[in-house]
Amino acid sequence: MKRVTLFAGHYGSGKTNLAVNWALMLRKEHERVVIADLDIVNPYFRTKDSIEELTAAGIEVVSPEYANSNVDLPALPAELYGVVQNRSRYAVLDIGGDDRGAYALGRFTPYILEENDYEMIFVANFMRPLTRTPEEALEVMREIEAAGGIPFTAVVNNTNLGRLTDLATVEEGIRLSEELCELSSLPLLYTAAEKGLCERLGLKGVVPITLQKRYFDIL
Amino acid sequence: MAKVLMKGNEAIAESAIRSGCRHYFGYPITPQTEVAAYMAKRMPKIGGTFLQAESEISAINMVYGVSSAGKRVMTSSSSPGVSLKQEGISYLAGSDLPALIVNVQRGGPGLGGIQPSQSDYFQATKGGGHGDYRLIVLAPASVQEMADLTSKAFDLADKYRMPAMLLADGTIGQMMEPVELPEEKTDGFVEKPWAVTGTGGKREHNIINSLYLVPEELEKKNLERYERYKLVEQNEVMVEEYLTDDADICVVAFGIAARVSKNAINAARAKGIKAGLIRPITLWPFPKDAIKKAAEKVKGFISVELSMGQMIEDIRLAEECRKPVVLCNRVGGMIPSPDEVLSAIEKAEGGEF
Repeated sequence: MKRVTLFAGHYGSGKTNLAVNWALMLRKEHERVVIADLDIVNPYFRTKDSIEELTAAGIEVVSPEYANSNVDLPALPAELYGVVQNRSRYAVLDIGGDDRGAYALGRFTPYILEENDYEMIFVANFMRPLTRTPEEALEVMREIEAAGGIPFTAVVNNTNLGRLTDLATVEEGIRLSEELCELSSLPLLYTAAEKGLCERLGLKGVVPITLQKRYFDIL
Repeated sequence: MAKVLMKGNEAIAESAIRSGCRHYFGYPITPQTEVAAYMAKRMPKIGGTFLQAESEISAINMVYGVSSAGKRVMTSSSSPGVSLKQEGISYLAGSDLPALIVNVQRGGPGLGGIQPSQSDYFQATKGGGHGDYRLIVLAPASVQEMADLTSKAFDLADKYRMPAMLLADGTIGQMMEPVELPEEKTDGFVEKPWAVTGTGGKREHNIINSLYLVPEELEKKNLERYERYKLVEQNEVMVEEYLTDDADICVVAFGIAARVSKNAINAARAKGIKAGLIRPITLWPFPKDAIKKAAEKVKGFISVELSMGQMIEDIRLAEECRKPVVLCNRVGGMIPSPDEVLSAIEKAEGGEF
């Protein structure tokens, strides 16, 4: 297990949900886990939406001062340096979407590369309109690498169609992810799917994830 | 075409492209930024124009220019930005130019906040700019409708030579749902013989203009325009009715408020209360007939809005004050919960209007 795990990818591909689930999983094995929100692009749907659950699990949460305050001000907190410099904790970094989001990673990149104990994960959802094919996903991948300065080391398949996800969606996602791995010469770390879906479909070899809270369900 | 998982804002952008829009002008503002971001990524790849203007005012006047040339064109913004566009929208209306203006509403007035709202209903449906004019106003209630109504808006705007507005809100702009995108539109476009495309020395000059200094001429223009508006009112009303056949209590709501209301109506039905929903899809033209017809049978109406009560005035006008109408609302970026709407339905059932 690498000390630093970064989740990056096209926006809306599920990075934050996967990062939160990863941190909760890490905490079961390690005493000190910190999750950091580096998203300076989107003021909604953030790590901090899960702060109660994360804090209750004993995970430290570092997020921009203005996250979830509705102040649309893209500033990162100084504590983020601690996340990459203090090597005593396992760290999960939730990077903003696309290359725009990955620019914010750049200033922490030298520390992460110097320590060289990281997994840089590309989160793929092939049901998203701008990453429908492995080629399109690869393009986003290269843009993010150019912006953030860290090469990807693995792919996580999070292909889903929200509530309409079925077995065919999951299987199609695995097939396209394998193609992306072939193209990028990266390993497929795992395929994730919503927990209830995994149970309903009896999915084997798929990592079940819980979704962040919804305020209420609507028809 | 298989379904994809999209944000409402992305669905607007992709649907606009598939509807033949190759010109987008805008200025960033939360919560509609993804429309511009998507256009910035896609337009250069398909030979289109994405241009981030220096302001909303510039953007809407760029829209005027492209529309004059007969091309499909759009701009998008959120409430404060749409206020800035109002002068340009009036000029579009006064020059009989089709265009799509998207408003992904946020809380107001003033700078307000970045959470969803429906408090630009008056501005959209009553004319936020100066002069006698109307906009076709479409109110999507799902990501699918963000796509469908975008393409509908372009068609209607071209057909009636008038600007159309997609009046969405921050929730529908930001939320993700599976969506089936429209096919790429390649034919069936309305001819635009009025467009300034160059005479080629073969015809008289076309002039796009909203300035008429002779009052008789300006009056004539206004009257002609209102004849067209009459046709829109006759032909283009869109409304969804949900469980209204036997309803005692009629909820009226559009956009995200209608989605929430449907849950409340189902909960009310489970408790034996006959509640139904009228969901205006066109806010202008307003579905007056559906409301008027419902007024014959229901005990009363509940207008569910993310505003201090704006659509409620149109409901009262449509039902000619025959039945009581009450407001169930949250404002400032808050959304009424299904429980809040349910409790308004229960009160109405108990005769509390």
